[in-house]
Amino acid sequence: VKICVLVKEVPDAAVQKRIDASTGRMDRSGEKNLNPYDTHAIEAAMQIKEGGNVEVEEIVAVTMGPESAVRALHKAVSLGADRSVHLTDPALAGSDVAATGYALAQTLKRESPDLVLLGQQSDDGECYTIGAVVAEHLQMPSLTQVIKMDVDSEKLRCERQAEYGYDTVEVRLPAVISVGDAINEPRYPSLKAIMGAKKKPLDTVATGDADIDASRVGGDNSAAQWTSSKAPPEKSAGTIIEDEDTNETVDKIVAWLDERKLI
Amino acid sequence: VPDILVYALHYEGAINKNSLGAVSEGARLASELGGECHAIVVGGDDLTDDLASSVGAYGATKVYRASAPEGLAQPVVDAMAKVIADDGHGYALFGGGLLGFEVGAGLAARLGAGVAMEVTAVRAEGGKLIAERPILGDSAISEINFRSDVGIIIGRLNAFESKESGGAAATVQDVDVELSPHAQQATMVQRGEQRGADVDIEGADVLVAGGRGLGKAEGFELVEELAKAFGGNSAVAATRAVVDAGWYPYAAQIGQTGKTVAPKLYLAAGISGAIQHKVGMQSSENIVAINKDANAPIFEFSDLGVVGDLNKIVPKLTEAIKAKKGG
Repeated sequence: VKICVLVKEVPDAAVQKRIDASTGRMDRSGEKNLNPYDTHAIEAAMQIKEGGNVEVEEIVAVTMGPESAVRALHKAVSLGADRSVHLTDPALAGSDVAATGYALAQTLKRESPDLVLLGQQSDDGECYTIGAVVAEHLQMPSLTQVIKMDVDSEKLRCERQAEYGYDTVEVRLPAVISVGDAINEPRYPSLKAIMGAKKKPLDTVATGDADIDASRVGGDNSAAQWTSSKAPPEKSAGTIIEDEDTNETVDKIVAWLDERKLI
Repeated sequence: VPDILVYALHYEGAINKNSLGAVSEGARLASELGGECHAIVVGGDDLTDDLASSVGAYGATKVYRASAPEGLAQPVVDAMAKVIADDGHGYALFGGGLLGFEVGAGLAARLGAGVAMEVTAVRAEGGKLIAERPILGDSAISEINFRSDVGIIIGRLNAFESKESGGAAATVQDVDVELSPHAQQATMVQRGEQRGADVDIEGADVLVAGGRGLGKAEGFELVEELAKAFGGNSAVAATRAVVDAGWYPYAAQIGQTGKTVAPKLYLAAGISGAIQHKVGMQSSENIVAINKDANAPIFEFSDLGVVGDLNKIVPKLTEAIKAKKGG
């Protein structure tokens, strides 16, 4: 089987995120990193490859984003992907989740994967939704937030937590699966893999190459328009105690609880 | 058409609470738009006339009933796409939860519609709906407008409150849905499996909750001891991450697909404070958080935040509370 893993570049968790007041969209400048949830998707692909139940032909990392997104692909390759595809085009800037999912699906069609994996959410913007959008465009079955996955040559047996407890679902391939972070502990890349990542094949693709209708992508063509942003209602800040002397800290907590008759 | 279609999830003879919240919200918005709120239920023989029409009490005037597999998103996408194609609803509304996100996103792709997710408020303005969505760890709120024929709005869990409107039973309309090929490629093997002991956290006055910061399953012993020290009506809760990791029973889970709690005291140990956890416990009267990361989001909504090593603080706190109780 051939596995494609969708990855995304996100602002580094340590960087203060902000909204660009002129566009109402997220300011995506500043330090970037591979979306931490995506490392679980790559690890899941690696475990399928190493598990031996099916023969994995190759693992391809796919992203959409500006030039800087190449670094997320290098990271993905250092974690085990064999090669990568970078969809990049100024026409894509500002695409909403529906347009992004369409563009990614068109790019995936070039690869004809048997399995598309992705992380259940990105650290920055959209939540939980891109996998379902991609799957619909590819006409593939889809599950999100999967925390256990067993594979054989034709189907996947997936477990996830749903509204009423844990569900077990069987899915016939080809399929799109987004994984939760409980599915595995991603490995750390070796120094050799990090050094070698830039030498692995990287295919750069523009909208024309992937048969993407330019009138369906980009900020101005997106059906959901993010018009403005405002501050949430102020909540009074709580008391903060920095623990230096633990006995003292505990006395303070007990006093705080006692004052409110909580003990 | 200013009508709104709401997906109503059900399980074992009851409509989901968040779905009923979405029906209430849909009814309120539809009346402002000058339209009606309709619901759609998808499932098997358990969808009796009584169950389906019960959404009328929350403001839906009509309920579509489709016979298709339950608990999976794509059959619902097929059903909703058909209903919208036939009757031209202007908006589709979801109460949040796993299936709401999957169905809403799939429907957006199918219809070429705009989608807003994690929505906490919706208002009607100029004959259209505008959705509000908190972003960047709830530090800002974005407004989303739709320029597509259909707008898709997926609520954040617990964002829409269910209110009985005193409405009559909704008219039940059966719809024939032909499932798309890919919707037939997923099969439910087992649904709603409960893992771990059954515990009651919703009735507790004091909840001590543990997260990944406990380090390992055994870390819950610290949390259990502390809960025991409070005595009386106290219990232990857990985040989704540690429940999925198998450290603690599913029945103790807060937020996401887990429970919503509002105890007098919520004491969080080793919990960073992800949105999915926050929506399940933010109505607690007093929130105390212990976390070693001073930048953890939980400190932004706790009343008392303690920055430090829980392995040092929690055992001493347990002793101090025992002493206080004894004395």
